[in-house]
Amino acid sequence: MKYMLIMRTTDEWAPGATGVENEDMIEKMSRFNEELIAAGVLVAMEGLSDDPAESVVVDYAQTPPVVTDGPYSEAKELFGGYWILDVASRPEAVEWARRAPLEGPGVKVEVRRVASIDEFPQDNPWIQRERAWREATGQL
Amino acid sequence: MARGDGPALTPASGEGRAAVEAVWRADAARIVATLARSTGDLALAEDAAQEALAEALVAWPRTGVPANPAGWLVTTARRRAVDAFRRRSALDDRYAALARAVDPPGTSPDADLLRDPDAIGDDVLALMFVACHPVLSREAQVALTLRVIGGLTSDEIARAFLVPTATVQARITRAKKTLTAARVPFAVPEGAERRERLSSVLAVVYLVFTEGSTATSGEDWLRPDLAHEAVRLARVLAHVAPDEPEVLGLLALLELTAARFPARVAADGKAVLLEDQDRRRWDRDAIRRGRAALAAAGRVGRGLGAYGLQAAIAECHAVAASVEATDWERVLVLYEALGRLAPSPVVELNRAVAVAMARGPAAGLAVVDGLVATGALAASHLLPSVRGELLRRLGRDAEARDDLARAAALCPNPAERRVLQDKIAGLAPGAG
Repeated sequence: MKYMLIMRTTDEWAPGATGVENEDMIEKMSRFNEELIAAGVLVAMEGLSDDPAESVVVDYAQTPPVVTDGPYSEAKELFGGYWILDVASRPEAVEWARRAPLEGPGVKVEVRRVASIDEFPQDNPWIQRERAWREATGQL
Repeated sequence: MARGDGPALTPASGEGRAAVEAVWRADAARIVATLARSTGDLALAEDAAQEALAEALVAWPRTGVPANPAGWLVTTARRRAVDAFRRRSALDDRYAALARAVDPPGTSPDADLLRDPDAIGDDVLALMFVACHPVLSREAQVALTLRVIGGLTSDEIARAFLVPTATVQARITRAKKTLTAARVPFAVPEGAERRERLSSVLAVVYLVFTEGSTATSGEDWLRPDLAHEAVRLARVLAHVAPDEPEVLGLLALLELTAARFPARVAADGKAVLLEDQDRRRWDRDAIRRGRAALAAAGRVGRGLGAYGLQAAIAECHAVAASVEATDWERVLVLYEALGRLAPSPVVELNRAVAVAMARGPAAGLAVVDGLVATGALAASHLLPSVRGELLRRLGRDAEARDDLARAAALCPNPAERRVLQDKIAGLAPGAG
């Protein structure tokens, strides 16, 4: 079973994805990642830049949607990155999430099961096209 | 939220137990390895770790999971070992070694100990070597490996292998006694011994995988839990022994084989053979990981071993759009190499299939008949099953029926048997 651990932080807290300034955080994160690798559960991960200059929000409250600069939603919540874990159960995914080196008010990790394309109607031509793309690019 | 400040888990629900077991799965290898390192004794380390785990199952549902669960378990395990030491009031260096490391209440040097990835990597590797030591029976090696590296409980191991829990417990107890009696040191073997012992470790992981992927008993053709566990063990091993081509070869083989699992069972529960599988259902992500591991095995520069060659064969299938589009000449060359490196009737039978695909069924049948003449695989359904299929392709339905019927009678797996019976039903009526 695959689970995505989605890091949700605040604008006061960033994991140092852009930061040479925070070696301590890099070490903490890297140690956590290393634990995931050593336990044989990590299959993918990415961190997102927290630089407002590189981020844009498209809001669909109106038509056409409104485009604003900066990564922040009104709740000042920031998606910092994700891990995808290949584990035997949800409690196992939750246990790994508990170990993420994060702390502070508003800092959260959301644990979500990754749905497989097998769960969609297989006779749907769009699903078949998606499958072909996944096949060609090596992701399923 | 900081660990330990969270709400207590509900002891009444299975949730508390599941949370403790999740910790154990994540940390068992590091905990047992750390304890075994300080005592030099895996049996003692495992006993102490199990006591700590039992204590956690009682304590954590009330108090919540501690901030550093692995540190808590190691510290508790040391204390329990010291208690046992005092009870016995006998001088024992191993217990004394544990006692020296017990920290004063409120501090936890074990927390730091567990966080040195290089040291822990070596200890986990040593743990695998000891758990798969040749003085142990294969069954004992498997049970001990799943328990101390995989972090599975005796119950889980028992369910996976369809044996009573007491049987698993007895195997593990006996294994620990044997390791102690044989004075097996807790260490990574060197030189020529390392190669021999590594092959034992790989054989255990491979066995766990095959037990999970083709259950010899029971109705489920697939038991993905054990197969998944084996892939995880192989990943752990590849992480701690990254310079061993066969470790990477095994990891590649398991990833590439597991990639086909989604296509191996039809909606009605019937087994689907490789040639009939909907290849679009193969797990491309697993194929990518498997190919990366195989490439890494090649980069070590010592050539591929038996697992690596099997992985290379699996890769030929993984990258082919269909059976017809498969590079059967390459498959054949790889089977020939495998046959020289690790000759066996099963490899020869697979080579026959490759010959049939590359050169036609008559050429394949000649190889199969050569195998029949040796008397090998006489009790297996594999030989008549391949022979029957080749005869069917040659249009010799009457002979095909005889072989396929014999194969069905010998086949221990109900799902595979149904495939053979379907083939018989599809032969020309009245033949035979």
